[in-house]
Amino acid sequence: MLRLYDVDLTSRLLLGTARYSSPAILTEAVQASGAQVVTASLRRESGGERAGQAFWSLIRGLGVRVLPNTAGCHSVKEAVTTAHMGREIFATPWVKLEVIGEDETLQPDVFGLLEAARILCREGFEVFPYTTEDLIVAERLLEAGCRVLMPWGSPIGSGRGLNNLFGLEALRTRFPGVPMVIDAGIGAPSHAVQALELGYDAVLINTAVSQAREPAAMAGAFAQAVIAGRAAYEAGLMEPRDLAKPSTPVVGRAFLS
Amino acid sequence: MRILINGASRDIRAADLSGALEELGYAGAVVATAINGEFVPAAHRQTARLAEGDRIEVLAPMQGG
Repeated sequence: MLRLYDVDLTSRLLLGTARYSSPAILTEAVQASGAQVVTASLRRESGGERAGQAFWSLIRGLGVRVLPNTAGCHSVKEAVTTAHMGREIFATPWVKLEVIGEDETLQPDVFGLLEAARILCREGFEVFPYTTEDLIVAERLLEAGCRVLMPWGSPIGSGRGLNNLFGLEALRTRFPGVPMVIDAGIGAPSHAVQALELGYDAVLINTAVSQAREPAAMAGAFAQAVIAGRAAYEAGLMEPRDLAKPSTPVVGRAFLS
Repeated sequence: MRILINGASRDIRAADLSGALEELGYAGAVVATAINGEFVPAAHRQTARLAEGDRIEVLAPMQGG
């Protein structure tokens, strides 16, 4: 069972709702993923088209929990204001806090992130900070009041998987009791398996599903991947070795040469 | 008065945020609002007075990752 801020979840897959080719395909993908949490954003609404209203009724119809994000925010003030607006609309204290520092890699501005996290935690938000694998930043975020961490695997939308395996292993080992979700860069179910095998509690996927040729089928593949990865972690993985070691016992071997 | 609504310049008659939303087609919509970068909760829209040149942001749920 995965617990994020006192909410128990059976699925270890969180799904983003962006870049699907139609609302119907998004719906199919959410259903096939088994995800109980989806991310959503806030954007300017036109009084004429009111596109956000249709999206909102679709999401409510899915019966899943919403994790509002502050995507696209480059400053502490923008992120904090967006969090307030999201809390009102989505009626949840949860916020996936993103403070973007650089446009090419969408790398988190960890200094701004920490400042915004301090403000929002004080105000009663339950913050899911999109961060790097940096241990000191993680420690400060936890001190600020974050009870979940969301380190990147690799840059958002890059599909490159776990870019810094050593760093992510170190982060996982350093804070054993803290729920951690790999938030970005997962491109294939094998990356998700790897994250769960390392002991990460869940993964948040968007582009790898929405841009698949068959998004619902890919969502199903990820659903199985997180189950396999978690089961392997709980079963205990063998230690890798540099040299071969026969798996078949040598004792009793026939002498035939 | 002339205001900026989601970056577009508009002439409105309403003097408060609640009236402006009504006038601009947002009646009954699930939106969150800000004036000049400051969040205005739904409960405060009726008392939020508008001034010439104010920048109003009206946001709604949208797809996100």
